[in-house]
Amino acid sequence: MRAQFVLQEVWTGLRRNLTMTIALVVVVAISLALLGTGLLFVKQVDNTRTYWQGKVQLSIYLCTTTSVSPQCHQNGPATQTEKNQIAADLRALPQVEKVYYESQAQAYQHFRQDFSRDPSFTNLVTRSEIPDSFQVKLRNAAADFNIVAGTVQGRPGVDQIVNDSSILAKFYKLLDGARNAVVIIAIVLIIAAVLLVANTIRLSAFNRRRETAIMRLVGASNFYVQLPFLVEGIIAGLFGWLIAAGLLIAVKQLGLDTLQQYFPYNIQLTAADLVEVIVLAMVMGVLLCGVTSFVTLRRYLRA
Amino acid sequence: MIHFDNVTKTYANQSRPALENVSLDVEKGEFVFLVGPSGSGKSTFLRLILREERPSDGRIYVAGKDLARLTNWKVPYLRRRIGCVFQDFRLLPNKSVYHNVAFALQVIGKPRRFIRKVVPEVIDLVGLEGKHDRMPDELSGGEQQRVAVARAFVNRPMILLADEPTGNIDPATSIGIMKVLDRINRTGTTVVMATHDAAIVDSMRKRVIELEYGKVVRDQSRGVYGQAY
Repeated sequence: MRAQFVLQEVWTGLRRNLTMTIALVVVVAISLALLGTGLLFVKQVDNTRTYWQGKVQLSIYLCTTTSVSPQCHQNGPATQTEKNQIAADLRALPQVEKVYYESQAQAYQHFRQDFSRDPSFTNLVTRSEIPDSFQVKLRNAAADFNIVAGTVQGRPGVDQIVNDSSILAKFYKLLDGARNAVVIIAIVLIIAAVLLVANTIRLSAFNRRRETAIMRLVGASNFYVQLPFLVEGIIAGLFGWLIAAGLLIAVKQLGLDTLQQYFPYNIQLTAADLVEVIVLAMVMGVLLCGVTSFVTLRRYLRA
Repeated sequence: MIHFDNVTKTYANQSRPALENVSLDVEKGEFVFLVGPSGSGKSTFLRLILREERPSDGRIYVAGKDLARLTNWKVPYLRRRIGCVFQDFRLLPNKSVYHNVAFALQVIGKPRRFIRKVVPEVIDLVGLEGKHDRMPDELSGGEQQRVAVARAFVNRPMILLADEPTGNIDPATSIGIMKVLDRINRTGTTVVMATHDAAIVDSMRKRVIELEYGKVVRDQSRGVYGQAY
């Protein structure tokens, strides 16, 4: 195998249909970038989801002196016995993994932290207006919410039961939708890329039909006849991938990382996540171009 | 070297066979003219030797190999032992004389050192000393055909097939090409040449095989182009 000779042939091939090569590189770049973006979205959504799944899934707010709901008016603020009873009953349920009590003082502190950007709002609210609560962690949030909520619903001292996951559901729906759109566009573009690779290689094979005819005549092995085309496709794929890698870094730095400001905790994707997606995009790009040119050549150069 | 055993070749969509029941032997080191009108089966004969076509019936042995048993991936190795020259030269227009000849060795993976040694020798052999760097369009037809012969011979094939190599060349230049083919034949290479050129066949006095409608109608050692029809 004379590497220098093959590379020289590849270079002439790529240069000879430059416009096609550029089109190919651009389409491969965009489709890989979109596919990668889809993967980053998946990871981002997983990241936020995993965080929440490790946290409280059910909040049972208790009646205080300032509660306004009719139920609290009727029964008055929750007494210590009522609280003890609720805690004991919750702990007895097999669906419940963990229960902890958040006092009004703790709740107020969390409140001030979460809204620290808006001091005029936090100054308006006093400590006694923030209710204490039981924070319950379920074994299976989706299935068991109603069972657990049902056992304490309507009891004296219980004000409101909030399903944390339902608050996040809208946000996830948005992210999932965006991800699906990105993946669908990526798939369409990948199909376009496959057709474009096939076309470029066919054009290249047509441009070089004299060379290939002579190669076959003087007894070049099939592999040797196909190699320049294969390398051509893979090099175009690698160029596309390089551009895609740049775009993916931009998507993370300028896009996904800005989501961080809406979250009080760390959801940022790590560099390792990004590298994983970029490497996956490379494998995808090389396979896409390599396999397509190989299959195209099979059909075009068949002796 | 080449052995045809009752070979028939019928192309798809054609009722009359291009070759019919052809049996013949070409020995190592022979020089054979293949004559006959257009469509008599000369080109089919050559294509069968190269295994560009497979016979519809009969057996073909080339260089001791039964072509029917040759797997597809081994065909390139058969072709490395056969050189080919055509009427239309088939040179690469964007490569110099040297690189056209070297191409035949590069694509079968010969080492660069070997190529650098052998290619100038062959270019000299065909009489193109000092023209290594010329491009094909700077050469006359005769010179281009010499390049094609050099390319066919550079890998020292056992058999050289020539399909009307003088068809596009004036008679005076043709003699030069024939001298080159004769020189190659003298190195022990079997040469099979399909031609219409009566003057050349008559002057060379080599074996002549005449085909007509796909059949061998004459096989004569030291023959001439045409019998009295």
